[in-house]
Amino acid sequence: MTVTTPKQQQQQQPVKKEATRDAYGQALLELGETNKNIVVLDADLAKSTTTLKFGKKFPERFFDMGIAEANMMNTAAGLATCGKISFVSTFCIFATGRAWEQVRNTICYSGLNVKIAATHGGVAVGADGSSHQCIEDFALMSSIPTMTVIEPCDSIETRKAIKAVVDHQGPVYIRLGRSPSPVITEESTPFEIGKANILREGKDVTIAACGIMVPNALKAAEDLSARGIEATIINFHTIKPLDRKALVMCAKRTGAVVTAEQHVLEGGLSAAVALALARECPVPMEAVGIDNRFGQSGDPELLFKEYHLTPDDILQAALRAYGRK
Amino acid sequence: MNTGLTTQELQTKAKEIRRHVIRMLAKAGSGHPGGSLSATDLLVALYYGKLRHDPQNPKLPERDRFVLSKGHSCPALYAILAEMGYFPISELDTLRQLGSRLQGHPDMKRIPGIEISSGSLGQGLSVGAGMAMAARIDGLDYRVYVMLGDGEVEEGQVWEAAMAAGHYKLDNLCAILDNNGLQIDGPIHDVMSPLPLLEKWDAFGWHVIHIDGHNMAQILEAYDRAEAIKGKPTIIIAKTVKGKGVSFMENQVDWHGKAPTPEQAEKALAELI
Repeated sequence: MTVTTPKQQQQQQPVKKEATRDAYGQALLELGETNKNIVVLDADLAKSTTTLKFGKKFPERFFDMGIAEANMMNTAAGLATCGKISFVSTFCIFATGRAWEQVRNTICYSGLNVKIAATHGGVAVGADGSSHQCIEDFALMSSIPTMTVIEPCDSIETRKAIKAVVDHQGPVYIRLGRSPSPVITEESTPFEIGKANILREGKDVTIAACGIMVPNALKAAEDLSARGIEATIINFHTIKPLDRKALVMCAKRTGAVVTAEQHVLEGGLSAAVALALARECPVPMEAVGIDNRFGQSGDPELLFKEYHLTPDDILQAALRAYGRK
Repeated sequence: MNTGLTTQELQTKAKEIRRHVIRMLAKAGSGHPGGSLSATDLLVALYYGKLRHDPQNPKLPERDRFVLSKGHSCPALYAILAEMGYFPISELDTLRQLGSRLQGHPDMKRIPGIEISSGSLGQGLSVGAGMAMAARIDGLDYRVYVMLGDGEVEEGQVWEAAMAAGHYKLDNLCAILDNNGLQIDGPIHDVMSPLPLLEKWDAFGWHVIHIDGHNMAQILEAYDRAEAIKGKPTIIIAKTVKGKGVSFMENQVDWHGKAPTPEQAEKALAELI
């Protein structure tokens, strides 16, 4: 657990935006240069997932496997048994849904060094609609024993996360976003798998968030502050294993917790936080997430309103949790 | 590894492996005799007559790889690995027991010599293709063998893998199809026909070899022929008999996943001398 001050609080001008998928493609390029064991597989989405950059630079270590995700997962597993660090990319829905059993039975059960870096997570995908908006991936991946599940909060954190998963032994799932999102961390912000980052400290309520919901939580914290309520913000870039120590410490200090994730309320960050709190520090808790609905086509900003994922939704949840203390 | 055994000695070894299979399953009280016995000759010929491997050094980077995609036939593979010295033969008695390394389906983390965990059908050919691609990247000349069941090829993923191996021209990859003609619910052509096999594999860019999967000389020759084929992967379609070697198990669908009673085991062992 680390405490840092996010950019948003230091400067008032509009923050830079960058898609985490673009940061992934850049990170692969850099790491591929120094680590010759890295191989990359994609399923006919190399432009969208941005792995094509790696493919152009290191064609002998890049394999387009066509529209066949199950085969791709296990090919990556075979490469990993021979000492390769396999990065597998496609959209989140196909990586975690179509190929779940390949991930479970061959990759995770065998403890193989396969890194599933999937893009187009959440309803933020926008216009493509529900079929391409994965909102169940944390649940699908977290339920597999030994799996590590990560969603970086911005592009800078993505680059660090990709570097960290290269050094991490074993399977990892990383959810990345399609659309540009605010850059809120800095090059100096630490990143360690399984160690949450406290971005803001306040005494009244804790907001635990991941991915694109972290900037939304920071915005909510500003608005709460204007109302005299000070929020602690924790960036749970690692959903599994959850940094329970950081969570419990903040829950004890603030006495109320809100989770915020671009995921269904079952089996994701809120479920993991609820379990940890129920066991170690029961306090009032509210959850911001998608409540038993599929996504749909639309502008991402409007979708965030429709599915109650906005800073204001987080603020309202924080007020409810605070009020229950 | 080519142990220099004659075809007759290989046949004797295969009988020994089949006896292990019967004893292991009877002791465990569960398991899959039919597919273990149909695959035994193919496995014995591969391990004793072809595969480049060293039981004392199971992680040698240059070793040939074997993937048992039809993981339920693992009793035969376990017996061979034990006989070759990968682990003590006495451990075969622990098959399927709590805490045993010999899980009901192969677990690569527990057993030296197992290259990939398997058991969920349809996944092994993809894994083998990945191993073959790694050999290419590393400039190593090892070969990868994958054993498939003929019911298993009903899984769509097998054809995804076939397409990819054909596309990438993985000539260091050799599939072995244990074509015993039966699956759990009955004959393959009744349940969900994967036929015709030759034309399908050929269409996916594979070289196809047909053999009698219980004829040691034919099996050894097929492994050598497969190695000589360049520019495409090879599949050896081996006609086999499910339950081979035990008269009352042969071609009987019920012996897919049922262990013999002590009396049945005794009768079977008497036939395998």
